[in-house]
Amino acid sequence: MTSAQDVAQQIERRDIRNRWLLSAPALVIIFLAAIGPLLVMVAYSFMVKGDYGDVRFGEFSLDGWFSVLFWRDIFDDTIGLADAHLSILWRSIRLSFITTALTLAFGFPTAYFIATRPPSTREVWVFLITIPFWTNLLIRTFAMQEVVRNEGILNSLMIWSGIVDQPVQIMYTDAAILFGMVYVYLPLMVLPLYASMEKLDFRLVEAGYDLYATRARVLWRIIIPLVRPGVIAGSILVFIPSLGAYVIPRVLGGGKNMMLGNLIELQFGAGRNWPLGAAMSITVMLIVMLALLVYVRNATRSGVQHG
Amino acid sequence: MKTALRMTTTAIALLALAGATHAEGVLNIYNWGDYTSPELIKKFEAANDVKVTITDYDSNDTALAKVRAGGHGFDIVVPSANYVPIWVKEGLLLESRPDQMENFKNVDPRWVDVPWDPGRHYSVPWQWGVTGIGVNSKVYGGDINTSAIFLDPPAELVGKINVAPEMNDVLFATIKYFGGEWCTGDRELLKKVRDKVVEAKTKWLAMDYSVTEKLPAGDYSAVYYWNGAIMRSRLANPDIKFGYPKEGYPIFMDSVAILKDAANVENAKLFMNFIMDPENAALISSFAKYANGIKGSEQFMPEDMKTAPELVVPAEFEKAGEFLKSCSPETVDLYSRIWTELQK
Repeated sequence: MTSAQDVAQQIERRDIRNRWLLSAPALVIIFLAAIGPLLVMVAYSFMVKGDYGDVRFGEFSLDGWFSVLFWRDIFDDTIGLADAHLSILWRSIRLSFITTALTLAFGFPTAYFIATRPPSTREVWVFLITIPFWTNLLIRTFAMQEVVRNEGILNSLMIWSGIVDQPVQIMYTDAAILFGMVYVYLPLMVLPLYASMEKLDFRLVEAGYDLYATRARVLWRIIIPLVRPGVIAGSILVFIPSLGAYVIPRVLGGGKNMMLGNLIELQFGAGRNWPLGAAMSITVMLIVMLALLVYVRNATRSGVQHG
Repeated sequence: MKTALRMTTTAIALLALAGATHAEGVLNIYNWGDYTSPELIKKFEAANDVKVTITDYDSNDTALAKVRAGGHGFDIVVPSANYVPIWVKEGLLLESRPDQMENFKNVDPRWVDVPWDPGRHYSVPWQWGVTGIGVNSKVYGGDINTSAIFLDPPAELVGKINVAPEMNDVLFATIKYFGGEWCTGDRELLKKVRDKVVEAKTKWLAMDYSVTEKLPAGDYSAVYYWNGAIMRSRLANPDIKFGYPKEGYPIFMDSVAILKDAANVENAKLFMNFIMDPENAALISSFAKYANGIKGSEQFMPEDMKTAPELVVPAEFEKAGEFLKSCSPETVDLYSRIWTELQK
């Protein structure tokens, strides 16, 4: 005897099994392409470095992790904080924060502008935002060199208009890196912002005005809280790739103003210290995860408050 | 006439097609960027019906790391002298015995019994040159025959200097600057060297490879870099002047070698033999503006290379040039730790 309840349970079980089967290909790819290499990295970070790169298999060592934060003086073997690593870490975090703030400052009005166009033309504006993606990042970065270099467009314009009489050194400075990152990551901020602004009920904005709210008050109390998910999504999308940026600091920073991505690459190349590179990569991941956790907790908490 | 032309074009197109699809007619060269003469490759392709693909790298370490990782698909690599022993020791190179090839007789005896490949069992000369000073004379008019240009730069040049991101070249000049010998393990001296490069780096603009374009354009006003690239910069901008550091400057040579896991060994050997022909070696030099190691190639080179201040070393500075030899592992370890500290 099978009761109706049993049948229902069976159906549910089959349903769950089918879902697992359907998602199996995706899970396999995620495991092979993301978790597998990650495990390799973790393993490598605990091994002894090879003479010309690579690691010595099976030889356990904590040197890689030790060197993330500390260094031994070449000449007297004293141990100190690896201030070079810390300053590069600090530069990366600082530049990523500024990039996020600037893309937000530029992206917010842009997204608002698009969201307030008639529905028929919005598509066109969104389409225009995505045009830069048609060109390879490397090519766009090299093109940016032409803008910021000493004989470049920006300096020529400034000299021509008499603002300065000597070219300003922008190329190979943090300013050039920042300029590049803001330009490249701006669409990643605009698109999620637009997605949440599109859903914004503008009757609420009108209601705010009807109740004599000032424009600033409407922005702060109505629009920003409602598009908050877009702000958070955009900030995450910009902050994380900024932190790991490689091409932009490499090309616009001149190999001297490194960010984390370049420091890690150095360990796998000329530095010939793969365990340190692996340990650094994992450190960066942990920082990103920590930042995400803070974000998510904040987001859910405020969601409840406004809910 | 027109038909003949059309037929030739078709034939060439067909040949190219055949070359591209025919597995045996392929050669994959892995060389430094901006270093391989397109004319040389065209000539080699036409003469041997081989389709050549060139992939660039920007440093010895990049090349070493990529080839070690495997799955690269390259046949030929062009490492610098002090790296060749590493490649051999790591078992990455094929003992292709170029010394038994037909054109080997053309190799200048100076470059046959070299310390990194005695008797040339693995490699043939590609190009050699010196690392020196390039300065835009409009920016700085003083003496440029000194390493002080990038180690103790004059005020006009501070913040406008590019230095080749190569450990041996930079440390060589700095050790010589303090009167030491290359491969020295003297800690007192090396401490001075480290402090100097770390301090000097704050006055540099970049450590990059794109000199042939950025020095003439004015993005850099001074470089410590390879003579061929500086000569090419001068040809683009006559204000560029070349200096030989009187304290001491390194001489380098890059050599062509075949990889052990090369898929097209026969074509690679053809290429090795091909570049030891004086006329072909001249093509290499005419493009990149470095000397090669092949006797008799000078007569095929353009006139301006025979008198170029970058290539003809003045007698007074001849003694200061010294070949970059490999040091003992302990010394290399010490040097690379100084270098890592500088790079951070």
